Amino acid sequence: MIPLGGPVAGQGPVIPDFGEGSDCVVENRLFCPDWVRDNWSGTLQPALLEHVKLTIMAVAIGFVISFGAALLTHRLRLFEKPLVVFAAIVYTIPSLALFQLLVPITGLTTATVEVALVGYTLLILYRNILEGLRSVPPDVLEAARGMGLTRRQTLWRIELPLAVPATMAGLRVAVVSTIALATVAALVIPQGLGYPIFIALREAFKTEILVAGALAVGLALVADALLVVAERALTPWNRSRRAA
Amino acid sequence: MTASLTVFGDALEFVVDERRLILQKTWEHLLLSGAAMAIALVIALPLGLWLGHRHRGSFLAVNVANLGRALPSLAVIAVGFVFLGVGFWSVALALVVLAIPPILTNAYVAVDSVQADAVEAARGMGMTDRQVITRIELPLALPLIFAGIRTATVFVVATATIAAVAGGGGLGDIIVNQAGYGLEGVVGAAICVSVLALAADGAVGLLQRALTPAGLRVESRAFEADVTTGVSRRSRPMSKVDEQPG
Repeated sequence: MIPLGGPVAGQGPVIPDFGEGSDCVVENRLFCPDWVRDNWSGTLQPALLEHVKLTIMAVAIGFVISFGAALLTHRLRLFEKPLVVFAAIVYTIPSLALFQLLVPITGLTTATVEVALVGYTLLILYRNILEGLRSVPPDVLEAARGMGLTRRQTLWRIELPLAVPATMAGLRVAVVSTIALATVAALVIPQGLGYPIFIALREAFKTEILVAGALAVGLALVADALLVVAERALTPWNRSRRAA
Repeated sequence: MTASLTVFGDALEFVVDERRLILQKTWEHLLLSGAAMAIALVIALPLGLWLGHRHRGSFLAVNVANLGRALPSLAVIAVGFVFLGVGFWSVALALVVLAIPPILTNAYVAVDSVQADAVEAARGMGMTDRQVITRIELPLALPLIFAGIRTATVFVVATATIAAVAGGGGLGDIIVNQAGYGLEGVVGAAICVSVLALAADGAVGLLQRALTPAGLRVESRAFEADVTTGVSRRSRPMSKVDEQPG
């Protein structure tokens, strides 16, 4: 764990120990492009890639669990209430606290971070997938039955395709909020874009804070845009209707 | 497993033994969250209600929500620290930035989606613009408005924990200082923050019940989902806002 005792700003001159340090870095001006250039491949790029990895793993696992749970409750409504209540309680626990609560159980490992991040995706993904499955109009289901489709065929050919828009909406929220939450993971493991932010906060080094923060926001916006493109590609029927 | 259970036992013991410290940090935490929420409400609520009343600015409202979700709280607090330095107000303003999107977007969508017939009928009865807002739109929009306030409240209480890294005080002071308080202190404070967030969630829920007109109470029990996250605490479908590519 990073020893964090709050920032040290105001305690004499700030001398970040990153690189040799140009005048800009030594004086800790607002933004030093040369520092970014010198530290991109050593610090920023690895942090960005780790962040992407943490996010993809969490959302993938969260999606599999939510998908299974949604399919289950689509058939058996009995389980819906307890699942929602459980997910809502997890969703309410602050991320910083949840990470720390898991440390005694799973230690200072990636597992601790992933369990928490997965937990936060569950409510969003589960609700949206289930809502998507339920949004299929009754006459469509009737038509499917009339055409002689079995329940399994109805699920795979009718309900799941029609649930794509709601599912994608959930995925967008889940991915973007996981990217935001993963910055806090740096408190447990030295990974992701939160790590340079925590380090820079301790030294009050402005350039690093701003660049790492901007990378996190940029990553979230790019991921959101990619998912919008993916949704359009997955739902050609919506596109043609929009064009008409 | 038994070792980890011991930690939780020790953590509870820490909370009891250090109750004065915990209470003081909890108070700081509430002060910080309360100040941030008050400012955010004063800014976002009137703006959202007005835009919704005018049926204008849907682009703004939807995109503010999307942007708000993309802002990592740690980054916002760190940036606040860069520009405003260490301290209470630096963190409070960062929290305001984070609280505005859900309040604004929900207030906008809530008023914007009030049935046009109801507004028309009110105007036909001779109500003024102000009366339409206070007697028709506001009561009907209340559940959705509160869904946004609830999301923002929980989010602010949760995020105020991170305030400690920028000198904002609160329970986070204990959580980020394992060297000083040990793992039992960290876990104890984490338990307190979790309870605080759940309590804040419940408190806003109760406030909503108290403010909802009796005639609407049955409906509001069904609960509206926050349009910015699609998350509601009860089993109800999410709103359609998230399905629009923003």
